[in-house]
Amino acid sequence: MKRRKNLAIAALCLAAVCVHLLTLLTGTQFYLTQATMAAYYGLVIIGLGALMGYAGQISIGHAGFFAIGGYLAASLTTRNLAVFQETWPLRGLDALNMLKTGQDLSGDLLLTVSPWAACGIAVTTAALIALVIGIPVLKLKGHYLAMATLGFGTIIYRILLASPYFGEADGISEVPGFTLLPAMGTLGPIVVSGDAGLRVVNYYLAWGVLIVGTLLLLNLIGSRVGRALRSLHSSEEAAEAAGIDTSRFKLQVFVLSAVYAAIAGVLLTHFNGGIGPSEASVMKSVRYVALVAVGGMTNLWGTLLMGVGLTFLSLRGVFGTYDDAVFGMILIFVMLFAPEGILSLRLKLFFQKIFLGARS
Amino acid sequence: MSLDLFFQYLFAGITYGSIYAIVAIGFNIIYNATGIINFAQGEFVMLGGMISISLLQFMPLPLAIAGAVVITMGIGALIEILFIRWLESPSVLRLIIITIGISILLRELALHVWGESIRSLPYFYGNEITTFSLGSVHLSPQVMWVITACAVMVGGLNVFFKGTPIGREMRACAANRTAAMLCGINTRNMVTLSFMLSAGIGALAGCVMSPITYTQYDSGASLAIKGFTVAILGGLGNSMAAVAAGILLGILEAFSVSVVPLAFQDAISIAILLLILFVKPHGLFGSSEAARLKDF
Repeated sequence: MKRRKNLAIAALCLAAVCVHLLTLLTGTQFYLTQATMAAYYGLVIIGLGALMGYAGQISIGHAGFFAIGGYLAASLTTRNLAVFQETWPLRGLDALNMLKTGQDLSGDLLLTVSPWAACGIAVTTAALIALVIGIPVLKLKGHYLAMATLGFGTIIYRILLASPYFGEADGISEVPGFTLLPAMGTLGPIVVSGDAGLRVVNYYLAWGVLIVGTLLLLNLIGSRVGRALRSLHSSEEAAEAAGIDTSRFKLQVFVLSAVYAAIAGVLLTHFNGGIGPSEASVMKSVRYVALVAVGGMTNLWGTLLMGVGLTFLSLRGVFGTYDDAVFGMILIFVMLFAPEGILSLRLKLFFQKIFLGARS
Repeated sequence: MSLDLFFQYLFAGITYGSIYAIVAIGFNIIYNATGIINFAQGEFVMLGGMISISLLQFMPLPLAIAGAVVITMGIGALIEILFIRWLESPSVLRLIIITIGISILLRELALHVWGESIRSLPYFYGNEITTFSLGSVHLSPQVMWVITACAVMVGGLNVFFKGTPIGREMRACAANRTAAMLCGINTRNMVTLSFMLSAGIGALAGCVMSPITYTQYDSGASLAIKGFTVAILGGLGNSMAAVAAGILLGILEAFSVSVVPLAFQDAISIAILLLILFVKPHGLFGSSEAARLKDF
């Protein structure tokens, strides 16, 4: 079991390298940009996959957590805080060397939070909100849970759309790059940004983050916690009877998946150099749910492959103006014909069943 | 706040509230028959408005509305037959995702057929600036159309469920599906019928509200959330309570405009939804005894 997992992770790393080499050989390196973005979205999707597949809780509000991460990182690193220079939160940040000073266009002092601190604040906030929302929401089941999370996502969307601080309908643009590591010796700096010269670095960075995220989740699933979670999915009453603190486990996974979404939001916002309110829309949340469903709820690898693959195609614009319609179709057909996910289909058996069914 | 303004807000609240109540009753009809929350309920309202606007080019207004209701009922039946009828004991999660998928498909279909433009039916009587006075309150005649149509629908449904054989069969199916089947009721047809009925009243509501609220391809989603809020507020499955809850939410929303910016109006009704879900998930008028037996 453990060996198989390591092999699969190694295969994933190898695949990432192969894709890079392939684009080098065919001179199509521009694909790497979308591959990078797809990897970040993949992080949201596997996080949600853990929640839906293993804890059995649906969330139609995960775009909200993604947006909390992205928007906080974007606003903290771009909005000028010079007027608040003397207030205690900023002094505290300054003492920790977490502020960045510069000059704006007219030469005045531009005071912003450094990306590392902003990232920390964004992810912590998302986790706290998930915790506060999760305690009452996860008591609900079925339709009620779906509607409550949908409501949460819509509130975040409305707040972003109505607040001048978050740029209303325009969103926030000109977000600076996120320097993870400064240049050391012969090695160049590692910066999360959309700069064409840093495309390859960013590609590997995104896939690195995704692979680490997958590895962590796989370990979680294989552990005692994971077994508890799976028992939750099949029967909550039975799990409770076996002495599992179901509400605590559900909450933990909910917060974990929110953190995954927020991290993806922060990194993708720095990579794209901006974020708009459409990232928080209900349609995005529904899309994440669709991708988890396609991959098979209890199949992390399926979720990962289908999620990254379909997101990549969608980002390349393969589906044109039918983009949302395609995801709607996928949702319906997967749920009708293959509720365990596309990869679970035994195609031969499936056709046999259809033909036999037609004959009888 | 002056007394005139108070009544002005009150009537605005009742108008919107009766629309929410109709959407909520649409939820309830399907929920009673199947135990499904149909996430595509708002799209029926949007389709009703859109189809009647298109039909208006070829026929007079009453016929266009009747045509839109019939076509939307057909769409409702088709959806049930294609996507739900043949599933064998599907899980709730599966049904939620299927109806969400259906709502996306209907919305995208509307986008490709009618485009992104905002449309509306003409006012049934007079035009935008026609008003009549009720004491010192000035109202558009369309407000009366909306309130009357909703009242007629609620009354009609009441008669249908209590007085007609088919209505009684549907109630039997809602009360206990297996028992209804044993009595010789074709429960599958009843489910199709419930989809048709809820699509029909949704479409009619979409027609009468179109002159006031306008119709756009994506106007269904927020209506669905509000309709669901009302359905929960009244207690899921209880249509009479939904009317009271709908008008309550409409009035709350109308008065909230005087306190918070319009942009946050949607957020308020959703906040109410969340609050109700956390505190009293069986609704304001539902009994907690009965709720304990249901699957929340």
